[in-house]
Amino acid sequence: MALPSYATTGEKIWHYTYLTICSLIFLFLIAPILIVIPLSFNIEPYFTFTKKMLSLDPTGYSMRWYDLLLTFGMIAPDAPRDASWWADAWENAKWINAAKNSIIIGFFSTVIATTLGTIAALGLSRPEMPFRRVIMATLISPMIVPIIIVATGLFFFYSKISIQDWGIPYLGVVLAHATLGIPFVIITVTATLVGFDHSLSRAAASLGAGPTRTFFKIQMPLILPGVISGALFAFVTSFDEVVVVLFVGGLDEQTIPRQMWNGIREQISPAILSVATILVVISVLLLATVELLRRRSERLRGVTPR
Amino acid sequence: MSDAAANQPLKTADGIPLKASLARAESRARRKAFLLVLPLLAFILITFIAPIGQMLHQSFYNEGFTVREDVVSGKRTPIMVNLKQWFDENPQGSEPDEAAYAALAADLLHLQELRAAGSAGTRINYERSGSRSMFTKGARNAKKLEPPYKEAILDLDDEWSDPELWQVMRDASSGYTINFYLAALDRAKNADGEIVMVDPERQVYVKLFIRTLVLSLLITFLTFILGYPIAHLLATLPLRYSNLLMILVLLPFWTSLLVRTTSWMVLLQSQGVVNDALVASGLLGDENRLQMMYNQAGTVIAMTHILLPFMVLPLYSVMRPINPSYVRAARSLGATSFTAFRRVYFPQTIPGIGAGALLVFILSVGYYITPALVGGADGQLISNLIAFHMQKSLNWSLAAALAALLLGGILILYWLYDRLVGIDNLKLG
Repeated sequence: MALPSYATTGEKIWHYTYLTICSLIFLFLIAPILIVIPLSFNIEPYFTFTKKMLSLDPTGYSMRWYDLLLTFGMIAPDAPRDASWWADAWENAKWINAAKNSIIIGFFSTVIATTLGTIAALGLSRPEMPFRRVIMATLISPMIVPIIIVATGLFFFYSKISIQDWGIPYLGVVLAHATLGIPFVIITVTATLVGFDHSLSRAAASLGAGPTRTFFKIQMPLILPGVISGALFAFVTSFDEVVVVLFVGGLDEQTIPRQMWNGIREQISPAILSVATILVVISVLLLATVELLRRRSERLRGVTPR
Repeated sequence: MSDAAANQPLKTADGIPLKASLARAESRARRKAFLLVLPLLAFILITFIAPIGQMLHQSFYNEGFTVREDVVSGKRTPIMVNLKQWFDENPQGSEPDEAAYAALAADLLHLQELRAAGSAGTRINYERSGSRSMFTKGARNAKKLEPPYKEAILDLDDEWSDPELWQVMRDASSGYTINFYLAALDRAKNADGEIVMVDPERQVYVKLFIRTLVLSLLITFLTFILGYPIAHLLATLPLRYSNLLMILVLLPFWTSLLVRTTSWMVLLQSQGVVNDALVASGLLGDENRLQMMYNQAGTVIAMTHILLPFMVLPLYSVMRPINPSYVRAARSLGATSFTAFRRVYFPQTIPGIGAGALLVFILSVGYYITPALVGGADGQLISNLIAFHMQKSLNWSLAAALAALLLGGILILYWLYDRLVGIDNLKLG
């Protein structure tokens, strides 16, 4: 991207204008995400920078909204903070319960999506797979079909089979979230399998390993980075999903996004911003993990980055 | 002897013709591959295809006027049977006679016994407003009705003679109907059963479909305008810099949708950061702060930001392999940098533009969360109306019909995407 030595003055001006434009676009991409972080420490219940914040006065900042996340919904939020206070928070605080629900739903839907998705990706990447194109299109479609249509369909379907009477908590939401996460698992795992050297599994077979052993000893370690990033994608999809939970989730199945949704719709308080900050930190960590996995996978498969 | 051996088909060691053996091995391999996919396919069929099928069924079948299902016991009782019989015996357009009103009176009495007048009336009310109260009132007074029924019923409410109402009841009495699709396209049947447009002030759905398309096109265009330069920058920088900058594209991609929408609410509020900055810098008076939220502008700004990575990533993956020496060759042949870009570089990026634009368009047509939170009244898209009919007006069949129309459009675009781009080329970071 270095400017060639034969560039004319006009081209030089354009080059720097172009770099400025690109920086502004990057700012547009990233600023809205970062802006919530300082604002979540605002001591006032406003969504803008106060004078004190701008002058970096420590009295303009506070942890009160993070504290509110803990205490909101507790029976005795003002009691001294001993073991029983924490037990109260663990039992009753709304956001903590929402986090628990989100993690339970996310965990089970990820397990289902990753297991089924990985096995299917193994079949899909075989050259002999019949009707490959149609099946692939069907399996990816949950990512393309608008979420409101999925939620509407599930609402009718679940009330038809009355899934809430089956006595398994979270079942409806877990199945729906697994469906929504499957396309991500399929895409990442088939992408890892593209460069897979099938002579390795044949070599294992010729040395006497059965199909199961070949899978766990040869294929699994090589595709594991893809499987893990697929699983992370599936988890994030579930962790972020609100519409299906709103449509088919029971009243006690409050998740973090649903709690946020209610908070935004009713009266938006800076407590939402502190949740948002925590979620941004989590997504940075997840992104870093996926990046590392991608590099590891490329190294394993001998694909050097271009 | 040797001639005969040469004419024999080739055989494997166990004496089976090679061709048959190969075919068997191939079909075994195919079966094996298919068996691996089968569990997931079955899962998707149950948790995804079946619900959508159920929804499509709901869009042209509504038993609100044919069956009463008891909420507690689940017992199903047919209702409006007499009226249905009259409709079966008399063709479309027959003037309702005394027999028709007698059937109606019997059915109203039945409704009163089942306490089902409200739900049956609601079904008629979807297509002719003001009908629900007629049914509840009619059922309340059903016991007092005496022959001649026509006069008795018209005494209760002379709107019972409205031919449009009879047309609606005729359609509703069979359960299966296309009327919800007609309603979703701002059309209705008139008294003679012909399809006509509804009153201009009630034509909302076609307008909303058009608005959804226009806003989606606008958002696609904006993501293209913003995405192209940075994809180009990422593709031409050395990899160690571009990988760092790529994080700035991928981070929004990984951040919760609600977080990003919340951020835009914080930024765009009239007391928010952007307005405060503009006022503080003196560009804007304190009294005329920009209204950027709860309108179309809010929807467009926030959705452009949210969908931008979906444009940048396909563009980047097409631009990265483009050989820079083509542009250099064009320059050395005397092209200006603009001509070299226009004639040599740009044409090579068109597949990426197609892939990104199609993906962004598909995703934005069905968007729900962001318009619902920052869209206000005039920034709502078709998905929001589906949610409205599901949760507020409870006209589920109309919601299903709208969803089916949206789904049809999306599937056409998806098919196009598969043909032009190929689903295998969908990449996530």
